[in-house]
Amino acid sequence: MVVFEKTKGLTDNQLHYCPGCTHGVIHRLVAETLEELGVTGKTIGIASVGCSVFSYNYFNCDMIQAAHGRAPAVATGAKRANPDNVVFTYQGDGDLAAIGTAETVHSAARGENITVIFVNNAIYGMTGGQMAPTTLPNQVTQTSPYGRDVTVVGYPVKVCEMLSQIDGATYLERVAVNNVKNIRKAKQAIKKAFQNQIEGKGFSLVEVLSTCPTNWGLTPKAALKWLDENMETYYPLGVYKDKYKEEK
Amino acid sequence: MAKVTFDEERCKGCGLCETVCPKQIIALSKEKINLKGYHPAVITDQEKCIACAFCATMCPDTVITVEK
Repeated sequence: MVVFEKTKGLTDNQLHYCPGCTHGVIHRLVAETLEELGVTGKTIGIASVGCSVFSYNYFNCDMIQAAHGRAPAVATGAKRANPDNVVFTYQGDGDLAAIGTAETVHSAARGENITVIFVNNAIYGMTGGQMAPTTLPNQVTQTSPYGRDVTVVGYPVKVCEMLSQIDGATYLERVAVNNVKNIRKAKQAIKKAFQNQIEGKGFSLVEVLSTCPTNWGLTPKAALKWLDENMETYYPLGVYKDKYKEEK
Repeated sequence: MAKVTFDEERCKGCGLCETVCPKQIIALSKEKINLKGYHPAVITDQEKCIACAFCATMCPDTVITVEK
C-alpha cells in the first residue's frame, strides 16, 4: 500500500529552488489540494515574480505569468471571465507585500472570489537577499548589514493583520512549514482557501511562513529553527479572519 | 513491511528528511553522488522504518515515496 507518493498535481520537472527551501513543500501542498479537490483540470494559476516565477513549470494546471505584483489583478480578470474555473495566485513577500500591495488590498476589498497563496520568507530571495517589507526588526540582510533599523526604514508589514480589517476578505490564515505538524495545518488551511472559492465565498489568503536558507546564511536545518524562534514570534500563526465561521 | 524509496536524482541533499525521522534512520550518503553533485539521502536501516512518512512530508523536492 502506498502511504505517500508524489502528487499528480505537480509536473515531473525538478524544482530549481535551493536545497532546503520550503517553496517545494508549499508547491506540493497546493498541488495535492488541487488533486484532492479534483480541480487540476480546470484551475488557472497565476505565477508571480520572484523565486516562484518558474512555478508555471511545476504546477500541473494552466498557468499565467503576471507582471511583478500584479498577480491578484490578473487573477481578478481570469476569474471574472471564467467564473467556473478555480483561480489562484502564488506570490512571495517581495511580490505581494511590496510592489503588489495595492493589488492585494484592493482585490481583498472587492472581495474577489480567488485564492491567494502568500509565501513569506522575510527577505528578497531571487535578487540575492535584500531587505524586504517583511524583514524582521534587526534582521541582517544585504541591504541592512547592521540589522533592520525601524527608526529609518520602518516596521515590517503584517499582511494578515492588515487585511483582517477589510470587510471584503473572507478567510485569512497564517501558517508555517517548519515541521510536520505545521505542514499538516498548512495543508488544511490551503484546502479551506480553495474550498471557499469553489463554494463562492470570496477572497481567501493563506500566508505561509517559509525559509530561505541561502539568503539567511543558515543551513536548511538551522533555518527551520530560526523560523520557529524569530518569525513565529513576530508573525503569530493562526486564523485572522473567517467570515463564515462567525455566522454559524 | 515498510518501504521507503528515494528518487536520488531529484535529491538536493538538504537533509530536512534526516531532521524529522523519528527513528533516525536517514542519512546523507557518503559514497553516492548524483548528477546535480549532491550526496543524496538514503535509508540506513530499512527494518526500523514505521512508514510514518514524516520524511516525505518534509521533503521540499518530492523525492520520497513511502509504502507499507
